[in-house]
Amino acid sequence: MKKLDRKQIAARLARDIPEGAYVNLGIGLPTLVADFLPKGREIILHSENGILGLGPKPAPGEEDEDVMNAGKEPATLLTGGAYFHHADSFGMIRGRHLDFAVLGAFQVSVAGDLANWHTGGADDIPAVGGAMDLAVGAKKVLVMMEHLTKKGESKIVERCTYPLTGARCVDRIYTDLAVIDVKADGLHVVDMVEGLDFQELQRLTGVPLKRLATAA
Amino acid sequence: MINKFVASPAEALADVPNGATVMIHGFGNAGMPSALIDALIAQGARELTIVNNNAGNADSGLAALIAAKRVRKILCSFPRQSDSWHFDKAYRAGEIELELVPQGTLAERIRAAGAGIGAFFTPTAYGTRLAEGKETRRIGERDYVLEYPIHADYALIKADRADRWGNLTYRKSARNFGPIMAMAAKTTVVQVRETVELGELDPEHVVTPGIFVKRVVKH
Repeated sequence: MKKLDRKQIAARLARDIPEGAYVNLGIGLPTLVADFLPKGREIILHSENGILGLGPKPAPGEEDEDVMNAGKEPATLLTGGAYFHHADSFGMIRGRHLDFAVLGAFQVSVAGDLANWHTGGADDIPAVGGAMDLAVGAKKVLVMMEHLTKKGESKIVERCTYPLTGARCVDRIYTDLAVIDVKADGLHVVDMVEGLDFQELQRLTGVPLKRLATAA
Repeated sequence: MINKFVASPAEALADVPNGATVMIHGFGNAGMPSALIDALIAQGARELTIVNNNAGNADSGLAALIAAKRVRKILCSFPRQSDSWHFDKAYRAGEIELELVPQGTLAERIRAAGAGIGAFFTPTAYGTRLAEGKETRRIGERDYVLEYPIHADYALIKADRADRWGNLTYRKSARNFGPIMAMAAKTTVVQVRETVELGELDPEHVVTPGIFVKRVVKH
């Protein structure tokens, strides 16, 4: 079996973002998706701090301290982009105007519960940012993560053991092993990496999976 | 004649009392009113409640205010960062209280205060530990959490240009919390890059109208 690396997961996910979509890419792994969006499509990226039409990193020396992404890294604005204040920015999120939010995760449950903001450690200083707003607000929530933890445990679980970011909010999961839809009747495998068969994916994942008619 | 221009950040913040609630604009360095924060540190007010998206970065601005032990409580969405060491230390020492608020809920609670809204139901954080103990309601097909406005005594804002009536324009993503914080505070103090004559700002481009602004300092 050929596991996908992080860039390949990003590229796989990017293929599914259609022309004209408004998309928020979460901090961390999801920001990689921007590099793989199909060139022929107009896709508009949203940034929580008040940008639609977020562009790529500026060339060295061209940074503007007043233009940054939600991770506080220097960014640019595409032609046709817009700036707006924070309440409008989160109105866009919460008001169901964004087509997709792409988020990282510690765990996703069979019911689509998402845990991605807090490890639950008593000594950890919690920080949430816009994760809870994106989880409930975007029309579709796409999760991008490695399938297994470093210890080999499935990050797709019956019930999240980490504190929740949102309940029943995840629509689709992209991992280094498979693409899985979260539906009312359970988890449906959309596709798997080359050389991985359904039984092996089922064994690694632990929770019950269904095969889509189109999946190998 | 209305003239909201004041000579210095020190003069603009001379009346901040101990125990005040102070909103501080900015997302990272974009929009952070550094001159006003420095003046607040020099002014000496203690036991402050601070509202900001973060809890200070590195050693200047809000981080310096925390390091100077002036902050009793902070409301923010994302305190923990690679360079939030002054907050981290104060928090672990039990010297500062944290109210963690999801970023959109933070923005909306600020907006609600400025708009005279008594409370609102939001779907954000339903079913999570940030909604524990809060009133919830099912409206239609969704579950919501009741949230209350955040009012402030002062808002410290950095804008781009202002006239003597306090009309403001912002620059790029440095707009972030400025327009809503300006509305939510009793006394809004603004640091601007440039002051201009009345009439020089295109009325179509004014983002914060002067009614929300008390004092303006060029810095």
